[in-house]
Order: sequence, then structure tokens, then C-alpha cells
Amino acid sequence: MAKSIDVSDLDIFYGDFKAVEGVSMTIPARSVTALIGPSGCGKSTFLRSLNRMHEVIPGARVRGKIVIDGQDLYGDDVDPVEVRRQVGMVFQRPNPFPTMSIYENVLAGSRLNAKRIPKAKADEIVEKSLRAANLWTEVRHRLGKPGAGLSGGQQQRLCIARAIAVEPQVLLMDEPCSALDPISTSAIEDLIHDLRSDYTIVIVTHNMQQAARVSEDTAFFNLAGAGMPGRLVEMNPTRKIFSNPEESATEAYISGRFG
Amino acid sequence: MANTKSPATHRTAGSNSQEPSVPGSTSTARPTRSNTLPLRHPRLPRWAGWLVAGVAAAASAIVTLSLGWGLVGWGILAIVLFGIALPVWSLLVENRRAAKDRLVSTLVWVAFALAVLPLVSLLATVVENGLHVINAQFLTYSMRNVIGEGGGVYHAIIGTLLITVAAAVISVPIGIMTAICLVEYGARHKVARAITFLVDVMTGIPSIVAGLFAYALFALVFGPGVRLGIGGAVALSLLMIPIVVRSCEEMLKLVPDELREASYALGVPKWRTIVKVVLPTAMAGIITGVMLAVARVIGETAPLLIIAGSTDSVNTNLFGERMMTLPVFIYYSYTQPGVPAEFGQARAWGAALVLIVIVLALNLLARLLGRVLSPKTAR
Repeated sequence: MAKSIDVSDLDIFYGDFKAVEGVSMTIPARSVTALIGPSGCGKSTFLRSLNRMHEVIPGARVRGKIVIDGQDLYGDDVDPVEVRRQVGMVFQRPNPFPTMSIYENVLAGSRLNAKRIPKAKADEIVEKSLRAANLWTEVRHRLGKPGAGLSGGQQQRLCIARAIAVEPQVLLMDEPCSALDPISTSAIEDLIHDLRSDYTIVIVTHNMQQAARVSEDTAFFNLAGAGMPGRLVEMNPTRKIFSNPEESATEAYISGRFG
Repeated sequence: MANTKSPATHRTAGSNSQEPSVPGSTSTARPTRSNTLPLRHPRLPRWAGWLVAGVAAAASAIVTLSLGWGLVGWGILAIVLFGIALPVWSLLVENRRAAKDRLVSTLVWVAFALAVLPLVSLLATVVENGLHVINAQFLTYSMRNVIGEGGGVYHAIIGTLLITVAAAVISVPIGIMTAICLVEYGARHKVARAITFLVDVMTGIPSIVAGLFAYALFALVFGPGVRLGIGGAVALSLLMIPIVVRSCEEMLKLVPDELREASYALGVPKWRTIVKVVLPTAMAGIITGVMLAVARVIGETAPLLIIAGSTDSVNTNLFGERMMTLPVFIYYSYTQPGVPAEFGQARAWGAALVLIVIVLALNLLARLLGRVLSPKTAR
């Protein structure tokens, strides 16, 4: 089910400003790829371009190709809404819908699109997604309560359950643990480990130990200088990046000499 | 950091402490400077404020009685004496900052009282003059065939409610959709800024101008001399639309962008995101804004004088003939009460009280709805 992503020569612009330049990489299917790099190097911008979320900002555009399952996401007649149904996203700060209960939040992907699902099937989807997100046992007795009433870590797991309830091919995670405490963080990392067998996961993280723990491949982004576009410096299996990286810039970043 | 003063600069307790010289202060002897942080200063006792107030009131009473001033003069003099005496006493015992604090607190409280006083006085006057007029007959009879005593405001209440509801039906959809257009679709375009500017200008339209516009519009279609309830509704909606647009715009802007992004990331199209995520999240604020806009226009007299007209009978048809409304009723009852005058004027006060009660009820309803509909955070 989960697919790999081929990126060729991608440039991302905000208006006239080139934010990311010349990225080419292959993100393997059914595995976790981490994107690391200093602040402002374009890794979040690149991540958002994978499901066309950067288009929410007026003036944002892209040159190059991103191909999933043989189809270019930026092809002429491709609908961004359909792209986002196949490529889901979890954000840095948990954002459950405040007007909906936990049950409705998990089903939001279908409900908001007015897809009619019979109640029995809906219950099944909710239970399956919450179990997959390791949240079922904690909330099974209060599915009718508002989604915003959970703790931070639970809210983030709810958002993950919501994202996987629509069964996307790829799951993008933009620093999902940076707003959480260490225990919630480790719960989410265990969750990522469990989800790996069913989804292609791309995770942006500031925390290098987390990248080392969680991912199979790591891509290091960097800025050539202030005001310059971000570039992909090196992409390799995680073990290699963290023990003997090919580029010196990677080595400098990993060992904490900058960033 | 540890205190690094050397023993040579240590001052004796005697030379540095200050015996309290002002009666009533509760300072202890000042500790020697080299050993402790200067965290404490002398303070006035808790009852200092009351004492000064009492003394000011008494002193003012003496002056007032001897000079023959009334209650207002006494009040003003007492406040002035209080406002001078307490800060000065504070300056002598405490420090400059505490004195400034007391002075400004006094000024703020006086300003608050000045602001609230007219409102209280208004309510008291209306209640005093109008309460005795209100009874079951007053609320259920119109003025048809009534001369002198008797009659009621039923026709005016019905007219006000019908016209205001019609105005809301016209302005709320227009207002909400304009706000959505401004916030969700036009956020950076020049057109949006132009529209916002024009809406701001519209908030300043004099109500009589809105009434004249509605009259001219209907006179084009129906000929001069037209009087229609729906005309009044159109005039009122001209006044309501800018208020609804502004408050809806603010409420929509308050919905955090991350909710919209969460919805887009699930593959939900933009219009569905607005209808099913943004609007429900902002609904409490929108309803409150609409109710407040209604409460604001419900008492507009000038446009209704021109276009809705005046009548003595009940008229429930917005599209046929004149319709009486509470503000217009008050105007005619008070200025053309007939003979004997006291009945007409009493009815005017009664109608004023009814109108104020309706506005109060709308405001309370707005708050209640706001609390009931707001996104819940309870566990």
C-alpha cells in the first residue's frame, strides 16, 4: 500500500525568493526518513511541498517534479485536494478541532468531506485508528468528550489517529514531538516505529537523537549562507550519517559545531 | 550574589534607623543597610482609606452646610478632599510610588463613577416614570380607537420585532459572507482593503440618511408617500451590515490558522473547511456580534419615522401599509400626546421601559448563547 517518493530537481519559491534549491532524492516506501538541518534551511518547506501544503501561502510555487506511484504531484491536471488525501500530515502543535468530540475528530477526514459511512463501519474505523495511535485504551470511555480536553501528548496522538484514519500512502510529520514532554515524545516514537510497516513516513526533527532513534534514512539540509536557498547536502542510511558521513558539513552539524 | 560590603562601611543601627514620626504608620525600625536587601518600606494602616474618606466627608459636610451647597456640591468637595489628603498622607509615610499609586487609583475610580452615573441615572429615571404604566393591558392592546387614557403598545412591539427580524434576515447573510470573503479569500488583495475601508465608512452613516435612502428606493418603485415595514427593515439593515461585517471579520480572524491547515492536510477543500471548521469554531462570537448589532439598531428612530410611518393599529404585514415601532411610538406619544397630555407622556415612558428591557434581554441572550456555543475545553 505505502509508496515511495521520487523527487527530481525541486526548487521551491515564495514569490521571488528561492527558499529551497535543486533537491533530488528518493524516499523509500514503508520506512521512516528523517530530515535534519539548522533552522531556516528549508526542511519544513520541503516537507510541506510533498503534499502541496505550501500552496496555502499565497505566492508559493514549485519547479521540478515529485512523483508518487508514477504520477507527478505537480502535473497539470492534478488536484491538490486529492494529493492531500493521499499524503497526510501531522503538525508541530497538536490541533484537534475544538468543536468536535474525540470520535468526530478521528472521523474528520471523512465527515468534513461529507462521505456517508454507516455507523458500524465508522465505529470500526475509529477503534482501529485509535488503537494504531496507542490512544484507544485511554479514551475508549470518553469518545464523546471534546477533543481539546486531552493532554498535549494525547492530542498529538489524536491528530495522528485522525491522519491515519483516511489511510494515506504517506505520512508527513513536521517536528511532531517538539511541543511535548519526554514521556509523550517516547510514546510517539514508539508509535512511529509501529506505523512504519504500513506507511511511508517522513519526519522533520530538530532533535538529532530522535532522528537516530527513529529513522532508517536521514537527509541533511543546509543553507549555503544567510539569504541563500537551502540545499540537500547528503542523504544516506541513518547509521552512516551518524557514524561516518560523506560531507564535512554534515559531520560538522552532527558533532554540534554549528546549527 | 553575596553581599560584598566590607566591615569598614558597616553603619551602626542608631545612625541609620528612622523613628516613625507620623502617627498611624506601622513601620519597624529600619534594618542596617549593609546586611539586608531594601525590600520593606513603611506602610499606611489598612483602614487609612476609610479614615480619610470619613474625615473628608465630615469636613465637606461642614463647609456645605455653612455655605448652603446641595448634595452634589458636598459630593464633589468630599471627593476632592479625599483625592488630595490620601496621596499626601501616603507621600509622607510611604514612598513616592505608593503615593502616585493612590492618586491614580482615586482618579480611575472617579472616572469610572462618572461614566456609570449617567447610565444608572437613566435607568432609574425610566423605571421611575414608566414602571407604573406597565400592565397586562399596556402590553396586549394597541392604540386603536383610544383617546386619552388606556390603550397599549402591542402594535409597536409587534412592529419592532417584525422589522428588526427582517433587518437581521437581510443583513446577517450579507454580513457573514462579506466577512468570509474578506478574511478567507481576499486577505492580501487591494480589493479587500477597499471593501474594509468602505465598510468602516458605512458604520458612520447617519441613521436618518439610511432612512432617506430606503425611502427614495421604495418611492422609485411604489411612488412617493410610500410607507412600508419592509422599507424600515432595509434602512435598519444598512446600519446593521457594517457592524455584522466588522465583528464577524474579527471572529474569523481569531480562528487559528493551524485549524485550517489541519483541515487542508486531511484533503478537505477550502470551502468545506470554511463551512465545517472555521464557521463552527467562530460561531459563538458571530452570534454574539449579530445580537449586539440587533440591539444597536432596534432603537433607531429617524429611519423608521420616514419609511415605516406611524399607525394606531396592529399591522403584521411587512409589505402592506404603515407599521408602528417602539421608538416612533415614543416620539409621537411624547410630542403629540393629545389632551389630556399626561396619558400620552406616561405611555411614552412605558414604551421606553419596554424598549430598554428588550435591549437588555437581547444582550443577555447574546452572552448566554456565546457561552453555550463556544468550543468546549472541559475534560
